[in-house]
Amino acid sequence: MDDIKIRTDHLNLYYGRTHALKNVSVKIRAQAVTALIGPSGCGKSTFLKTLNRMNDLSGNVRIEGGVYLDGKDIYAPGVDVAKLRRKVGMVFQEPNPFPMSIYDNVAYGPRVHGIKDHGTLEKIVEESLRGASIWDEVKGRLRKSALGLSGGQKQRLCIARAMAVEPEVLLMDEPTSALDPASTVKVEELMKELKKKYTVVVVTHNMQQAARVSDDTFFFLMGEAVETGSTYSLFSKPRDRRTFDYINGRFG
Amino acid sequence: MIRKLADSFILGMIYGAAFFSVMLLVGIIGYVFVKGFPFVHWTFLTTVTSILRGSTGIAGNLVNTFYVAVLTLVFAVPVGVGAAVWMNEYAGGGWGVRLIEFTTQTLAGMPSVIFGLFGMVFFGGTLGLGYSVLTGSLTLAVMVLPLITHNAREALRAVPDSYRIGAAGMGATKWYMIRTILLPAAMPGIVTGIILAVGRIVGESAALLLTAGSGYLLPQSGRGLLHKVLESGGTLTVQMYLSMSKARYGEAFGIGVVLLCLVLAINLCVRLIAAYTKRIF
Ligand SMILES: Nc1ncnc2c1ncn2[C@@H]1O[C@H](COP(=O)(O)OP(=O)(O)O)[C@@H](O)[C@H]1O
Ligand SMILES: [Mg+2]
Repeated sequence: MDDIKIRTDHLNLYYGRTHALKNVSVKIRAQAVTALIGPSGCGKSTFLKTLNRMNDLSGNVRIEGGVYLDGKDIYAPGVDVAKLRRKVGMVFQEPNPFPMSIYDNVAYGPRVHGIKDHGTLEKIVEESLRGASIWDEVKGRLRKSALGLSGGQKQRLCIARAMAVEPEVLLMDEPTSALDPASTVKVEELMKELKKKYTVVVVTHNMQQAARVSDDTFFFLMGEAVETGSTYSLFSKPRDRRTFDYINGRFG
Repeated sequence: MIRKLADSFILGMIYGAAFFSVMLLVGIIGYVFVKGFPFVHWTFLTTVTSILRGSTGIAGNLVNTFYVAVLTLVFAVPVGVGAAVWMNEYAGGGWGVRLIEFTTQTLAGMPSVIFGLFGMVFFGGTLGLGYSVLTGSLTLAVMVLPLITHNAREALRAVPDSYRIGAAGMGATKWYMIRTILLPAAMPGIVTGIILAVGRIVGESAALLLTAGSGYLLPQSGRGLLHKVLESGGTLTVQMYLSMSKARYGEAFGIGVVLLCLVLAINLCVRLIAAYTKRIF
């Protein structure tokens, strides 16, 4: 249970001259939900994106220090980014299903990675949709456009899409902030379910959500990981004054 | 009270203007049909003009129009869409993009006869292609390139970034993402560019007369359809222009009817294709 899936070591990230992550050294446990909390602009999304190198996409980014997945540096030269992202999948704040059928959305990742066989794809699609608890709602309309789903369904579809490549880690950036309360509950339940198989890292600016779904919580402030530890102890007896202030609503 | 009167007066003017412009269009189309319809019969459509038999026919021009339109698109669409993809997805807004944008805008506003002059001298003369369907198509390809590039670019610009980021997050390469998501999503815009281009191709006269010439014969079956590409071939519009200049107005109206039907058919086809692609994606 205490296996470390991802470790960062004195991680610094600069957007041009903005120092967005400062000396972040943390450990993310396997098969647990880790929540990242902190005021807006403190670097939660930036940190999350360093874990599957999505920062490579924005120009003008400089990274120092290391990120180790199962002990291997993911920024080492020669690392295959496509393979890395297969292992470390991502779900975004705004549900972003592609403008194609529900089926093709879920099959997208497997196809990217070279799976063409219809039978195999069909199996993967069904399993992933079941895994994201949306199968019953969409099984009759797999060939219809994914854009016709409700917001909550879209987000669960995106989770299914991320699961379809059998990742080891799922990164979620405020996955419920665009959803209504009922859909939020469904996605939160899903997160608890997901950690049986995956390592889940979720950004949230909702502290109740962090308390409800996560095992560990990291509190970020101005690019620093101020306090990290079990969710229970961080919320019940914070060690740092700033954490105390934040969880008691003094700022942010 | 006065305000109310003024309001209804303006409303009347607006309706009047709308009615007038619709009537004008209907009137012109109706006029062309009434004048031209008697000429549109089987021989007119399926044979070529024969001095021996004293009959007129536009079959050769129909075939040429088809040739020129298809060949032009074969050259212009891949280059135009490719340029749009490069500008929007790869170039990152540098000076190269601005140069292309500037060139594109300039080319879009240029009178077509200038393209004709260039095509005649460069493709026809320097490259030695002479007056031929190929020279005409290459010339028109240069002419419609800006239209296709611009529409494709706008369509790509409208594709939300969340698709690009989402695909990258799945480990897709950029080219795979472009092929599977961006181009399908941009298809309606690309198709719009193609409709506009076909309109310009079918409607062009001056630039084609100078490059593709005015040949009106059908491709000879013995020498194969491909050979026609290197021969002179006048499109319907070119033939219409020639008929008018020889004061054969009935013939010209007849071609007008065929052209109107053609444009209508193309529009309908393309709309159907667009609706179909929309339904898939
Ligand atoms: N692509 C970018 N280019 C420049 N600055 C950025 C970029 N993304 C984020 N930042 C800056 O980095 C800091 C952290 O942003 P972010 O990670 O999005 O915060 P959070 O997700 O916690 O709200 C902010 O000051 C933000 O303005
Ligand atoms: Mg954020």
